[in-house]
Amino acid sequence: MNIFKKSKELELKIATFLDIIIKGATEFKQAIKFYMNNELNDFEERLDIVDKYESKGDELRRDIENQLYLYTLIPESRGDVLALLEVTDNILNLLNETLLQFSIEKPFILQDLKIKYIELTDVVINSVEELVRAIRAYFTDINSVRDYINKVYVYEKESDKIAESIKRYIFLQDIELAIKIHLRDFTFHIEHIADEAEDVADRLAVYTIKRMI
Amino acid sequence: MIFIYLISGLFLGWSLGANDTANIFGTAVGSKMVKFKTAAIIASIFVILGAVISGTGAAHTLGKLGDVNAIGGAFTVALAAAISVTWMTKLKLPVSTSQAIVGAIIGWNFFSNFVTDVNSLKKIVSTWIFCPILTAIFAFILFKITQKCLNKAKIHLLSLDLYTRISLILVGAFGAYSLGANNIANVMGVFITSSPFKNINIGNLFVLTSTQQLFLIGAIAISLGIITYSKKVMMTVGNELFKLSPVTALIVVLSESLVLFIFSSSSIANFISSIGLPPLPLVPVSSSQAVVGGVIGIGVAKGVKGINFKLLGKIASGWVLTPIIAGGISFISLFFMQNVFQTQVYKPITYIISENLLIELKNKYNLDDSTISKLKQLQNKNYTNAIRLKSYIENKANIQSSMAVKIIKLAKADSIYIDSSYVKLVLTPSLFSENQIKAVKSLHGKLFLHKWELEKALMQISKEWQYKPALPQNIHYNKLLKEKYNYLFEKFKKSQY
Repeated sequence: MNIFKKSKELELKIATFLDIIIKGATEFKQAIKFYMNNELNDFEERLDIVDKYESKGDELRRDIENQLYLYTLIPESRGDVLALLEVTDNILNLLNETLLQFSIEKPFILQDLKIKYIELTDVVINSVEELVRAIRAYFTDINSVRDYINKVYVYEKESDKIAESIKRYIFLQDIELAIKIHLRDFTFHIEHIADEAEDVADRLAVYTIKRMI
Repeated sequence: MIFIYLISGLFLGWSLGANDTANIFGTAVGSKMVKFKTAAIIASIFVILGAVISGTGAAHTLGKLGDVNAIGGAFTVALAAAISVTWMTKLKLPVSTSQAIVGAIIGWNFFSNFVTDVNSLKKIVSTWIFCPILTAIFAFILFKITQKCLNKAKIHLLSLDLYTRISLILVGAFGAYSLGANNIANVMGVFITSSPFKNINIGNLFVLTSTQQLFLIGAIAISLGIITYSKKVMMTVGNELFKLSPVTALIVVLSESLVLFIFSSSSIANFISSIGLPPLPLVPVSSSQAVVGGVIGIGVAKGVKGINFKLLGKIASGWVLTPIIAGGISFISLFFMQNVFQTQVYKPITYIISENLLIELKNKYNLDDSTISKLKQLQNKNYTNAIRLKSYIENKANIQSSMAVKIIKLAKADSIYIDSSYVKLVLTPSLFSENQIKAVKSLHGKLFLHKWELEKALMQISKEWQYKPALPQNIHYNKLLKEKYNYLFEKFKKSQY
């Protein structure tokens, strides 16, 4: 197959992989909302969708990896691109795992906290979306990467603040310690997604400097 | 036999191919953007094309510096340059073939008592200094333009990779062409005067001159260097020397190729002088130094603070050290070749200050009567040592060095005798016009001591022997006429009979 076609095909695959991350993040947000509203059937449906995205993401990533090596494309940035795709794929895995934990452990959410959890999820997913924008910019518009990375940092900080206020609220309540710890864990699971996005953004910042001509 | 003498030049060519192609394809191959096989095939083809098509420009300047007129001398000069390059590379000293060959030629001039044309030497040395500076300027400008374009165009990393690969191959081909055109003079330049080849007319389509045949052989040696040894150099030196991103490497190679091309292209030189800018000399330059200039240019464009003065100092020391070492080796080797191996390393040239020469000097350079009368003291004696004659002219007639060099050039005694019966045999109507042949015939029985005397006589008889004004459109015509004159001198030299 000619190299032009191969290169275009791979560009498309990378774009599709990033689309999957965005779709998975959006479905995650919806799933949490359904859980908070006690619509458990809808929640399970979303979990299934995220699970499928997760498998598809893995498959695509491996395919991209193989092609990059097979056709010795972008020899200078190949290592960076592969590492980037791998850590981004981890975020998708994390989204899937978190939903799975909700499904298995079915944590009891205090009424007052439901809105807070939805707020936390929104901010966390915003950080993931900005990260995906930053990665897209890494491929096509290197000068805008910094702007998106900064947004990731802002959302991550915001998620820290919301998570802290949730945890403080939990431990002020007169409820069993087991419930407190359970809720704290779930706060951590959601918050951790933004932390992971921040780590990827850190790496991306370095890769971007390397890619500047 | 000729090939035995050419061996030193071919060795120099092989070493040039092995080392200098890394300056063109080093990053591309080292970073696996281009396969070595592809790079080697492209480089070999384009080095040959560059050498044969555009190689003569830079060779001409080297010829002016010192006209090595015996093949034994040419062999020794090329060998001295090759030894200096190998030796200095081993000692890890900065070295360039261009600088080595110039030193070796000057060594030959000293040994053979010929005068070194200081003007040509100045031209060559200033070009060496100018070359990395010009490459830095090109790299700076190209970097800024590329950066702006890439920021605007927003090309995908993978597409950019593809375009860079294609550009590396195209620019590499251009670079190889320029390298061949510029550096072939280093390899084969000293053999031009003593070349035993004859012009070959290929199917009446084009003529492969003896110089071009010489360059073809030299370029094949360069190609062999590329195929047999350059991979190692590309993988190590090419990659370590400038660890740049593929796009910046592309800019460096393009700048380097442009500079090599500028210093070897007659048409660009003509264009520059036609728009009133100072003429660019066509001189063999060092591709390695051009690359360093390019990298510095990129550094400045990126805003890197502080220039590596140690590196610059190393380059500058090469400008001085290489010619001196090569000159010394050349001088000593010539001594051995002549006295131990009994080989003729130069053909002695006789200089005569004739009556006609004094008249010519008076008319052409407006020398005053007192200077002419002083020069008369040197009249009608045979001088075989140009350096001694130069000092006589300078001291006795109180004449400046540059003028003395001009006088010596005119004083060269060639003894050309025109025999009309021989004209028919030598001057074929396919090369010369009817009027030109007639003019030569009319000079039957005349003996000319200097070449320029015959030129003058022919110009007076026929318009078709006159040069046209030095305008860009006349350059080809004048070059052709010059070749006809040279043919005439060669055929009617008294020793030919």
